[in-house]
Amino acid sequence: MEESRPVKIRVQDLILIFGKNKGHALEMLKKGNSKNEILTKTQCTVGINCANFDIIEGEFFVIMGLSGSGKSTLLRCLNRLIEPTAGSVYVNGDNITRKSHRELLDVRRTEMSMVFQKFGLLPHRTVLDNVAFGLELRGEKKDIREAKAQQAIETVGLHGFSHQSPAQLSGGMQQRVGLARALTNDPEVLLMDEAFSALDPLIKTEMQDELLGLQSKLKKTVVFVTHDLDEAIKLGDRIAIMKDGIIEQIGTAEEILTNPATPYVEAFVKKVDRKTIITAGTLMHEKPTVVRFGKDGPEGTLRKMRTTGLDVLPVVDDQQVFMGFVWVNDAVQSAKREEKTVQHILLTEVPAITTDVTVEEMLPLISATRSPIAVIDKQSRRLLGIVSQNSLVIEATRFNEQDINTLKEYANNN
Amino acid sequence: MEKIIDIGQYIAVAVKWLMNNLRPFFDFIKTTGNAGIESMEWILVGTPFYITIGLFAAVAWKYAGRRVAVFTLMGLVLIYLMGFWEETMQTLALIISSTIIALIMALPLGIWSAKSQTANRIIRPLLDLMQTMPAFVYLIPAVLFFSIGKLPGAFATIIFAMPPAVRLTALGIQQVPADIVEAARSLGATQKQILLKVELPLALKTILTGVNQTILLSLSMVVIAGMIAAGGLGEKVLEGINNLDIGLGFESGLSVVILAIILDRITQAFGNRINR
Repeated sequence: MEESRPVKIRVQDLILIFGKNKGHALEMLKKGNSKNEILTKTQCTVGINCANFDIIEGEFFVIMGLSGSGKSTLLRCLNRLIEPTAGSVYVNGDNITRKSHRELLDVRRTEMSMVFQKFGLLPHRTVLDNVAFGLELRGEKKDIREAKAQQAIETVGLHGFSHQSPAQLSGGMQQRVGLARALTNDPEVLLMDEAFSALDPLIKTEMQDELLGLQSKLKKTVVFVTHDLDEAIKLGDRIAIMKDGIIEQIGTAEEILTNPATPYVEAFVKKVDRKTIITAGTLMHEKPTVVRFGKDGPEGTLRKMRTTGLDVLPVVDDQQVFMGFVWVNDAVQSAKREEKTVQHILLTEVPAITTDVTVEEMLPLISATRSPIAVIDKQSRRLLGIVSQNSLVIEATRFNEQDINTLKEYANNN
Repeated sequence: MEKIIDIGQYIAVAVKWLMNNLRPFFDFIKTTGNAGIESMEWILVGTPFYITIGLFAAVAWKYAGRRVAVFTLMGLVLIYLMGFWEETMQTLALIISSTIIALIMALPLGIWSAKSQTANRIIRPLLDLMQTMPAFVYLIPAVLFFSIGKLPGAFATIIFAMPPAVRLTALGIQQVPADIVEAARSLGATQKQILLKVELPLALKTILTGVNQTILLSLSMVVIAGMIAAGGLGEKVLEGINNLDIGLGFESGLSVVILAIILDRITQAFGNRINR
């Protein structure tokens, strides 16, 4: 994500308290009392406890947590379907929480649309009339709103279903209608509340893929709530993990997996299939000791190997461009032959990858030669780091013996 | 047993006060109400019987199917042949007028009690009272306010027949799924838009069940209203009772039943057409 893009939504010190004695509960919360203390003293439940975050324009932001974590509530505070107790929500720098009811209606009609888990379609209307509903509420003329609705229907792939009633459609199709309805208003922000949670797994995957496609085309800012970590990782540019109304951590999937901020997040992400998320960029050993082609001869190479304790080193040219690897045995032979350069012993037929390659994609590169994998810049082909086979095996297996043996066998057969 | 608390006395005083102080108001209602009922009656009685029967049968055919249409045709012809056509049309006029007035009051009350807890807490016991109080009791204030005739008959009928429409309207609105209402709110719908475009359309089937109940209760009350000279089939039934004329009693009673079945089946069919 480029940091230069403007902030679309800013949430500042957002607090939501359910119950009658909100004032007292808010005071207690600000004094640092715990959720349970507040509940016993005031019978108030803290729904959201001081949420702070920015969502960048065009970002796919996922709020994830288990049921009761406050994630859907937080989402509803963004368009004030639920009134926050304290704090501010800014959209395009405009404080939503200060707006009058009339202004708020305008925000909902033009700037933010929402997609719901249970679709929320009107059963007595056709697909077309459902999709045009937002424009109808806005007071658009019939022909204009139907033209726009038809366009949205095409966008979500419901061509030919305009005149059916929602009850005739499958769950996945109904959610497409929900999505089309949200898109018809041409909002800048899409709020999606467990939008795919009610769908069966195959349809869910299909809808996720299509949503990602739409997002890259339409460049909407998406705030997506889910309880499914795999979904969060697949969709989110960044993920906020919530527990008991508190945002435990915000970061990219990889940041959260490799560097969980709290024990809760750590426990949560344990189950995830890391192989598809951890990339070479994370795994690589940065700024490795290198052999400079033309500068270091076999003797110099051997000296470097002795100090680092490694039996294989990458070779780069004077531009830092990766050339290949030299092994210690070859260097010894070469030194005996009193050669000046490593040209003859340089192995160039070796794997080189970019930082975004995942562990899963790297696994086929494991071989009996146990050659490390070079990580290079895509354009300049400069060496950025190396991934040793050991670290790759460890990452892929997480010390599971069975997995290690399978990998070993696989490597020996290669 | 001796009376310790005399609630009846207070009610009587209140009714008397209303009579004395709101006389012009009651007179106005009586005049306009009677005019309404009588013009309805004039239309129904004045239309040749074969046209009315044809219309009913056609509506039944279109909305409720062939069997109901055949029953409607035969039933109404039987009523005509028994010689109760005019009385039946008088009764029908009274039912239609009462039902219209009852619904005009019931729908807003139902919507209000669905939306407001306070309103619900006030309206519900009132409805209980209206429904469980023996129907004959309403005849007394009706006569005191409006003397005898068609309008007091309609007055008693409206009180007796209104509650199910209020209750079912409230129920229908409360049963609209919260996620649909929330979706409408998220799109920027105002309260009025939510009511008109979401809640009422989705509650329509339940509301129509209430309308059906109101019509049937009107019919049963209209017969009782025969005791205060509201005319129609009620008076014939009463005549049968007074003279111990089993034939007359049965025939007029049968006409009531036929009318009830026809009205029930047709209004139910309207409800079932909204099959979502």
